[in-house]
Amino acid sequence: MDQEQNGRSFVVTRRSFIKGAGAGVAGAAVVGGSAAIDSNTEAEAQGGGQRIGPGPVRMTLNINGVNRTVEVEPRTTLINVLRGVGHRPLSPDQALTGSKVGCDRGSCGACTVMVDGKAVYGCMMLAADARGRKILTVEGLSQTGKLTAIQQQMVEKDGYQCGFCTPGFVMSLTALMRRKANPTLDEVKMAVSGNTCRCGTYPRIFEAALAAAKMNAAPARKGA
Amino acid sequence: MQQKTKKIKSVVVENGFEKEVEIEVPVGPPASWGDPKALRLLGKRNTRPDGPDKVTGRARYASDVILPGMCYGRFVMSPYPAAKIKSIDLGPAERINGVKAAVLLLQPGADVLYHGQPVAAIAAITPEIAEDAIRAVRVEYETRPHVVDLVKATNPNAPKVRSDVPSNVQYPGGSTKGDVDGALKSAAAMIHETYEAQTRLHCCLETHGHTVKWDGDKLTVWASTQFVTGVRDEFARDTGGPQNVTVITEHMGGGFGSKFGRGTEGIAVAQLAKKANAPVKFLLSRAEEQLANYRGPGVRAEIKLGASADGTLTVGDVKVWNNGGASNANSPLDQGFYIIEPQARRVQRWGVLTNTGGTAALRAPGHPQAAVIWDMALDALAAKLNMDPLEFRKKNHNDPVRVAEWDLGAKVIGWNRRQRTPGSAAGTRKRGVGMGSATWGGGGSKSADCTIEIKPDGKVRAYSAVQDLGVGVRLYVQSIPAEELGLQLADVEPIIGHSTFGPGKGSGGSTTTASVAPAIKMSAVQAREQLAIVAAKKLGAKPEEIEVVPRGRFQVKGSPARGLAWKELCALLPPSGIKAKGDWNEASDLQASGVRGCTFVEVEVDTETGKVTVIKALGVQDCGFVLNRLQAENQVTGGIIQGIGTAILEDRRMDNVTGRMLNPNFEDYKLCGSFESGGVNITLDPPYRTLGPEERGIATIIFDNPTGKVSGIGEPAIIGVQSAVANAIFNAIGVHVKEQPATPDRVLAALASLKGGRA
Repeated sequence: MDQEQNGRSFVVTRRSFIKGAGAGVAGAAVVGGSAAIDSNTEAEAQGGGQRIGPGPVRMTLNINGVNRTVEVEPRTTLINVLRGVGHRPLSPDQALTGSKVGCDRGSCGACTVMVDGKAVYGCMMLAADARGRKILTVEGLSQTGKLTAIQQQMVEKDGYQCGFCTPGFVMSLTALMRRKANPTLDEVKMAVSGNTCRCGTYPRIFEAALAAAKMNAAPARKGA
Repeated sequence: MQQKTKKIKSVVVENGFEKEVEIEVPVGPPASWGDPKALRLLGKRNTRPDGPDKVTGRARYASDVILPGMCYGRFVMSPYPAAKIKSIDLGPAERINGVKAAVLLLQPGADVLYHGQPVAAIAAITPEIAEDAIRAVRVEYETRPHVVDLVKATNPNAPKVRSDVPSNVQYPGGSTKGDVDGALKSAAAMIHETYEAQTRLHCCLETHGHTVKWDGDKLTVWASTQFVTGVRDEFARDTGGPQNVTVITEHMGGGFGSKFGRGTEGIAVAQLAKKANAPVKFLLSRAEEQLANYRGPGVRAEIKLGASADGTLTVGDVKVWNNGGASNANSPLDQGFYIIEPQARRVQRWGVLTNTGGTAALRAPGHPQAAVIWDMALDALAAKLNMDPLEFRKKNHNDPVRVAEWDLGAKVIGWNRRQRTPGSAAGTRKRGVGMGSATWGGGGSKSADCTIEIKPDGKVRAYSAVQDLGVGVRLYVQSIPAEELGLQLADVEPIIGHSTFGPGKGSGGSTTTASVAPAIKMSAVQAREQLAIVAAKKLGAKPEEIEVVPRGRFQVKGSPARGLAWKELCALLPPSGIKAKGDWNEASDLQASGVRGCTFVEVEVDTETGKVTVIKALGVQDCGFVLNRLQAENQVTGGIIQGIGTAILEDRRMDNVTGRMLNPNFEDYKLCGSFESGGVNITLDPPYRTLGPEERGIATIIFDNPTGKVSGIGEPAIIGVQSAVANAIFNAIGVHVKEQPATPDRVLAALASLKGGRA
C-alpha cells in the first residue's frame, strides 16, 4: 500500500529494526541529523546517519509548538517520551498522555500523533528521529478550549465507547482533513485503516468524520 | 385518611452545627421511570458529559498516571506450554542499572501449564530497562509433553495437562428429555454435523494493569478494571484491610469480561512497589496481555438434529466439548440447545483440559459460541426441509417479543432478497442474508450506592463508586438526577470510579446499568423529597403539594406563582448542603432481567478469493426502559462490529508442535478494522424502512419493549452476530464454514467440499 495514501511516514521498518536489535543492551542508535528534516532516509542511504548513545542523551523536541528538553536512551520511542518516560523525562505536568500505547508495534494506532503534518505511529518512531520536527499531539489541537470539527462530531455521534483509541482516531482524521478538507467515506476509511477501535464504533467514527467534512465544506466554518 | 409516611436521612443546622437527622416524608407513588413521552432527558439521544475529555486526551486512564520516581513493571513469562521450574535466578536482572525490584511469582518446583504463564516480575526506571531485565533473568525449566488442540487433548494417549487428574476430558455432565432415540428414527429430515467456535482473546485496547503508590501501609491504586471495589478488596490482602486501599478508575480502556480481579499483574505490582520503595506502573505489554491469562474458550459440538416434515424440531442429540485450558469452561450449549428447543433432546458435555492458559468471561460468555453452533445447525436443517430459516424458527419458538424482533429485523434487512436455495446466486461474488438470535438477563441487584449532594450555591454532584467501561455511565449518573430535579444536564456533575464513594458494582453480565441507575433514581427522588420539605416550609405549603417544573423550580401545585427558583431554594439549605442516598428496596422495581435481541446480516462472498465482506448488518435489541438512546444504539453497533470480527477474523491460534501461541499480537490476531466494519452508522426511527439493496452500513434498532424497567444490553448485542454472518455465508455459497471463523482459506475449503473435494 502506498505509504502516503495511508498518511503514515516511513520510519516503521527502521525503528522496529533498531528497537529489536537493542535487545539486552542499551543500544546506540543511528538517527537522522536533527536539522535534516525529511531527509532521514536519504541520509541513512548515504551512510550519513549520526551516532548517538549508548546511554541516555539529551534531546530537544518541539511538541505542540513548545521546545522541551529530555534525557532518554536513544532507543526510546516518541510515544514513550511524550508520555513521560525517560531518565530525565518530561515532568508529570508537561507529559502528554492523551496519545496511548495499545500495542507498541504499529498495529493499533492508539499512539498516532502528527509529525511535520503527517500522521505517524508514535510507537514506531524513535524520539531522536523527531528532533527538529514539529510534533503535534491531540492536546495541541484545541489549546484554546474550542473543539475542532472532528472532535465536536466525535462527541455528537458518540464516536467512541471506552475512548482509549479516540485520540489516535482524532489525529489520523485531523491529518486527513488538513490534506483534504472534504474527504469521501473511502478516504476516511483509508485514513483510519491503521487505527483499531476494539469497542467497535467505526460506523459512528465514519459518520462523525463525514459530518466534520461537511462542516469544513461549509464556507463559514474553518477547517478541522 | 391517614397518609403513610417514611423516614429519610437529611441534614439540619442546630445551634450553628450541622446534624444528620431522620425526617418523615409522605410515601409517594411507587418508583417509576415515568412516561417516556413526558421525559425531557431520559430516552433521548444525548451526548455523554465526558466526551470532550475523550476527544482531547484529557480523560485519564490508569496507564496515564505519572508519579514522581515511578518505575515500570514487566513479566518474565514461560516460553514453554508444559514444564516444571527447576530454578530461577533473578540476580543478573537485579544487577542491571535502573532495575529497582524483582519478585518471584512461581517458586522453583512449580508447574507451568501454558506458554506465557508469568514466572517473575521486574520493575525498572524505564520500560526499556525492564525489558532488558526480563531477558536477563535465568529460569531453568524441565519441559514436559504438552497438548494444545481441543480434539487431540481428548485422545486417551494425549499428554496429561494436569498431573492431579487422570484424563484431560473432565467435568462431565448432561441431561435427557423425551425419547431421543425414537425421535431420531422417525425424523423426516436430519442433519449430523460437527461445528467448532474458536477461542478468542479480549484485546482490550488498554491492557490489564495498575499504577500503584504506597504511603506507609496505605495503598493508592489507579486500576484499569471492571470492578473498582472488588479490586480494592483484593489489594486489601496486602494492606491489612480495605480501609487502607483507595482504587481510582476515572476511565478504563475496555474490559469485555476480562478485568474483574487484579490478576497476577496486580499481585506483582503491589510487591514490586513495596520492594522498589517507589510507585510502579504495571500495564501489561501487548504480548503479555495476549499470553498471560485471558481467553474466551472455544466450543466444539457434534450435533444430530431432526425435524418432522412440517418443520417441527422434534429432536436434538448433542455432544459438547468446552476448551477450558487448565480448568473447566461452560457454554449455554451445555443445556443441549440455544433458544430454539427441540421436543426431545439429549446432551453430553465435557470441559477439556489443554495447555492453553486460563479462561475469562468474554462479552456474553459462551453465548456467541453456543449461538453460532446452534444457528448453523438450524439453518442446515431448514435447508434440508427446503424451509425459510425464519419460518423454521417461528414454527419452533413463540416468544412474542422475539418473534416481533425477528419480523422487524427481516423487514428492515430485506429478508426476501436472500437466496431461496442456499448457494443459488449466479457469478463469483455471491450475496447472502442470514440471521442469529440472543437471549440474556441484564437485570440488576442491590450493589452500588449513589449519593447526590446539593450545595447552597445550587451545585449538584452525583457520586458513585461504579466504573464506566465505555457504555456512558456518567451520562445516566448525570441525567437521572437532572430529570428528577427539573435541571439541565450540565447542572449535574457526575463523579464516578472511586472506591471511597461507597459500595460499588462489578460490570459483569450487563447488570451495571440495571443496578446503578435505579439506585441513582431513588437518590434523586429522595433529594427531591428533601428539597420539597424545604420549599414547603418557605412557601407555607405541605411537602406533598410541591411540584417540580423545568429549570429546577419548586412550586405549589395549582398556584405556580407560589414557588422558588432553583437558586433561591438551594440558598435555603444548610451550609454544607444536603445529601441523599436512595433505598434499593424501592429501586428494585425499576429494573428487570430478560432481554432478547437478534441480528441480520447481508454478506458478499468472493468465491475466487474466499473473502467475506459484510454489506450491511442490523441489530434489533430490546432493553426495556431506554435511559439514553444514543448510547444504547452504540452498544449494539459495538456488538455488531465485534461480532463481525468474531465471524471472519478473530482466532487465537496455537502451534501444536511447540505449544506456543502463534498470534499474541494485533498483526496476526486480527480485529475488525475500518475496511471490515461495513460502512457508516445508519440511525433508524419508526416507521422503520427496508434498507436498499446497495445500501451499506451498520444499522441499529432499540426495540421498544415498554416494560418500564431498565435492563442491560452490552452483552446480548454481540450474541447473534457470528450466527448471522455464518448463515449469510451459507445462504450465499450453499455450505457452512463449520470451523469458525470464516477466514478466506476456510471459505475456499468449504467451497471445495461442495464440489466433492476435501474440506
